[in-house]
Amino acid sequence: MKILVCISNVPDTTTRIKLAGDKKSVETNGVQWIINPWDELALTRAMELSEQNAGSIQSISVVSVGDASVEPTLRKALAVGANEAIRVNLVPADSYSVAVQLAEVVKQENPDLVLLGIESSDFNSSGVGAMLAELLGFASASSVSSLELSSSGLTIKREVEGGTEQLECPLPAILSVQKGIALEPRIPAMRGIMMARSKPLKVVEPVAVEPLSEWIELELPEAKSACKMIPEDNAKELIRLLHEEAKVI
Amino acid sequence: MSVLVYIENRDGQFKKNQLELMSYAKKISEASNQDIVTLSIGNVKEEEWARLSAHGATRVLNGENLPNQIDNEVFAQALFAAIELVQPKYLILSDNNTGKALAPRVSVKYRAGIVSGILGLPISYEPFIGKKRAYSGKAFAHVKVNSDLKVLTLSPNSFEIKESSGNVQLEAFEPTLPTPKTKVVQADKQTGKLLLSEADIVVSGGRGMKSADNWGPLEELAEAMGAATACSRPVSDEGWRPHHEHVGQTGKIIGPTLYIALGISGAIQHLAGVSSSKVIVAINKDPEAPIFAAADYGIVGDVQKLIPQLIVAYKELKQ
Ligand SMILES: Cc1cc2nc3c(=O)[nH]c(=O)nc-3n(C[C@H](O)[C@H](O)[C@H](O)COP(=O)(O)OP(=O)(O)OC[C@H]3O[C@@H](n4cnc5c(N)ncnc54)[C@H](O)[C@@H]3O)c2cc1C
Repeated sequence: MKILVCISNVPDTTTRIKLAGDKKSVETNGVQWIINPWDELALTRAMELSEQNAGSIQSISVVSVGDASVEPTLRKALAVGANEAIRVNLVPADSYSVAVQLAEVVKQENPDLVLLGIESSDFNSSGVGAMLAELLGFASASSVSSLELSSSGLTIKREVEGGTEQLECPLPAILSVQKGIALEPRIPAMRGIMMARSKPLKVVEPVAVEPLSEWIELELPEAKSACKMIPEDNAKELIRLLHEEAKVI
Repeated sequence: MSVLVYIENRDGQFKKNQLELMSYAKKISEASNQDIVTLSIGNVKEEEWARLSAHGATRVLNGENLPNQIDNEVFAQALFAAIELVQPKYLILSDNNTGKALAPRVSVKYRAGIVSGILGLPISYEPFIGKKRAYSGKAFAHVKVNSDLKVLTLSPNSFEIKESSGNVQLEAFEPTLPTPKTKVVQADKQTGKLLLSEADIVVSGGRGMKSADNWGPLEELAEAMGAATACSRPVSDEGWRPHHEHVGQTGKIIGPTLYIALGISGAIQHLAGVSSSKVIVAINKDPEAPIFAAADYGIVGDVQKLIPQLIVAYKELKQ
């Protein structure tokens, strides 16, 4: 079985977002870039599966759509244990542009299982996974919180509105994964980092795609006014303020 | 030309967030001068139609014989059938598990741009520009959609419920659907519990709650206030609470009217997921906790002691 994990390169979660001069993008100076946390969980689960099912997983590849600046993040995925990396050389305009490129990669690479995070922590659009599933017509599920191999394919758990479902899912499949899917993400060890340098990182050119939407402006949230402090022995006063002043209860 | 909205039922009922969605779709249909068509899937209790009517529903495609929860691919086929039927300019869904799974499929099929998690009404209709969260709540993006069909998933609590007169006309909707590739072997429902995506008020606990056993009073407070419960990441990592309660950058991003943070330090990743709450209350024993910088009201104190007092004070208020 071959697994392909799609990876988005995003600012570290502790980053304080500042806008760049064009107000359309964020200031990247001093930003640390990481594997999108949900994609990292997907990669972690792929590694766990290959360890728990010795011999049944031949390779784990990672792919990202982006310019050369995403390569350090792909190298990190290699250092964690992926066997090879692919970069599609395009700075994507929207989820659709990403999904179209990934679909091409899937057609070329023929993975049995495609894993990706439920969303990326920059665009928060939750679009790519379901788009890719629709483009390829594979079996699929979203909000997947548990994944095991089974004799007929996969046994998965997905979150639906107001509950969870356990599903049997044949291969090939595309799963958008979320919290719960894997334990702690792995920190690359020195040996992994050394090995990653010689693992293949292939760059492919994008296919033509017309974006369906564009980000025309970014804004930052308004600063909060100061917190009103209430004495510890006065829970009643808090409730009164929420009722009479804030009018939220 | 029309606005098509998918209104989801839970156990045969339309919850508050769906009435919000209905009101929103109605407003969009008025502003863009189009008919409104509502799609419903699964069995809905009779009396619920009047409630939908009172929030602007008129023509309803009633897929009552379709199963409530279906494979995403098959579910998308049902949506496509509705789209072919009414040729909408706008397709509106909730920004929840269902909407997140379906909107992108419609986008691919019809080359339609999405604004996912749109916050309230658009900034402009022509060209269509909507506002959404970006960088996990640390910024907002203005997204322009160029396609003819626009797909919107509405962020919960971003539009006020508005009553308006409708006159529901049910129309049988029975598309032929393909066999799903995936097979459900077991389904677990959280019956009775308010979901995070449906809640106006959220009561949330952090590591300061100390252990799983201390959640009783927190749940009691939530129950009294009609609130949903949430938690910080370490709490769900520890298994004190289920994963679906985890809010923040890597959990759910929420924007309730009132968010009550109990024993939560207010790390940047936590705040990212809750900062668009209208009012934030923080209770923490550490006066220097960063949560107070993000809160509107705060008490420096012990949660174990304060939660029972809040329950009493709230019940007194409501008497
Ligand atoms: C990649 C990444 C993603 C992350 N994503 C998220 C996320 O999505 N959501 C999230 O929440 N976190 C996330 N985190 C973790 C985040 O950095 C913090 O570690 C976490 O939010 C802290 O949780 P906490 O506030 O419950 O615990 P702590 O930081 O341990 O805070 C506990 C607080 O409780 C107070 N306290 C203790 N006892 C009492 C008492 N008796 N009464 C009152 N107050 C008391 C303490 O003063 C303290 O402020 C992420 C971290 C990383 C690295």
